[in-house]
Amino acid sequence: MADTSDIKKGFKMLLDGVPFAVVDHQFVKPGKGQAFIRTRLKNMMTGAVIDRTFKSGEKLDKADTEERTMQYLYPEGDARVFMDTRSYEQLSLTNEQLGENVHYLLDGTEVDVMLFEGRPIGVTPPTFVELLVTETEPGFKGDTSSNTTKPATLETGLQVNVPLFVNAGDRLKVDTRTGSYVERVKG
Amino acid sequence: MPEPADVAVVQVLELRAALLAGIRRFFAERDFIEVETPAIVPSPGLDVHLSAFEVRSYTGERVGWLATSPEYQMKRLLSAGAKRIFQLCRGYRSEEQGSHHEREFTMLEWYRADATSDDVIRDTEELVAFVAGSLDQPAPEVQPPWQRMTVDEALQFHANLTLDSLIDDEERFFRVWAEQVQPRLGNERPIVVTDWPASMASLAQLKPNGMADRFEAFFSGVELCNGFGELTDAKEQRRRFERDRAERRAAGLPVYPIDERLLADLERGMPESGGNALGVDRLLMLLLRAASIQAVMPFPKERL
Repeated sequence: MADTSDIKKGFKMLLDGVPFAVVDHQFVKPGKGQAFIRTRLKNMMTGAVIDRTFKSGEKLDKADTEERTMQYLYPEGDARVFMDTRSYEQLSLTNEQLGENVHYLLDGTEVDVMLFEGRPIGVTPPTFVELLVTETEPGFKGDTSSNTTKPATLETGLQVNVPLFVNAGDRLKVDTRTGSYVERVKG
Repeated sequence: MPEPADVAVVQVLELRAALLAGIRRFFAERDFIEVETPAIVPSPGLDVHLSAFEVRSYTGERVGWLATSPEYQMKRLLSAGAKRIFQLCRGYRSEEQGSHHEREFTMLEWYRADATSDDVIRDTEELVAFVAGSLDQPAPEVQPPWQRMTVDEALQFHANLTLDSLIDDEERFFRVWAEQVQPRLGNERPIVVTDWPASMASLAQLKPNGMADRFEAFFSGVELCNGFGELTDAKEQRRRFERDRAERRAAGLPVYPIDERLLADLERGMPESGGNALGVDRLLMLLLRAASIQAVMPFPKERL
């Protein structure tokens, strides 16, 4: 069994049967008083963030989680199928479980699948992915103001704001942490 | 202004040296003498929420503990006739590690004989303003007088709870304090919180209103110091030590010995005195608006 001395960023604990990951933590102790650990925790099932204060030394249930590198294969109804690159074992996550990350999946994309008690609960895509622009207004020549952007639709359905010089058919680098345009990829 | 996370080491050394020099100049100008007391002591302090490092010789024999503060020996110096004393030393607390805690940290502790806690609060305000001016850095607003609030007022103002409603549940008191009150104390300027409950008097005397003659200053939600109108009654001090020992025993914590020489000196007579203990690393952190005390230490545990 774990206790509060195990708390660090990314530590995963079980609260009422739900896995939470530590986002932030602080040791607090009034000079003449009881010590506490104040934490900010992310619900690994829903992504919701909560604050929770533990007594220093309090016992914690470690969440049984595991991360495995898998390759995205194909959609299947409301779900997406992934394959373990070593064991070739396949599993699927629903689009709801994948949330925004569904927009970063191309055939063969490698992601980290988070398993909780052996069942998949979410994925972490690569930090940057390259996606093709399928639709955007043609750029206006001559408009050089640097902070003007326009919407673009990418091959996975992701909507991003892009600079005016980007055209349909361009390949873009996208930051999956923010869902935003980084740069146009040459070639 | 240095970047909080990585104040360069040489700059840290220079700022610390300037702060320590400023503290020594402040006390020298007020006729305090600098004293030194041992780091290895026969009783490290019985405070239930403090844990000490035990010291053993190479044969395995226990020789004492590292002092969690120099309080007992400095009070003995007052009994011996010293009138105004200060010390810059290390405090050692084994279970404390966080952005405002380090198991080994620099403490400033000073005492005035024939004085009250109000005199020491005034020292604190003047000291912080003095050293802020001596750092050659854009300092936050710390000029005296600082705002005063009682513990009860702070609880009512920040948590909408009275001290009376929390006094019987110490854990809940500290939880409310840590979550809702302390983070909001002294956000603009430092604030002094007085009138702690008698059950948290530690080594403070009681005031005529029944509250502890104890104060703490807070700045940006960080506890900067803890001071007392000192308890001089040996019998009452022994009673509190025994109560702390019983609590430690019940909680399964190490039960440190009572410092009998301190009690004997109190028995012989100690003048009415005020004293204060201030975290020097925290003071530097706050004056520089650094993110942690580790950012203003050359060798915090994590870089040792």
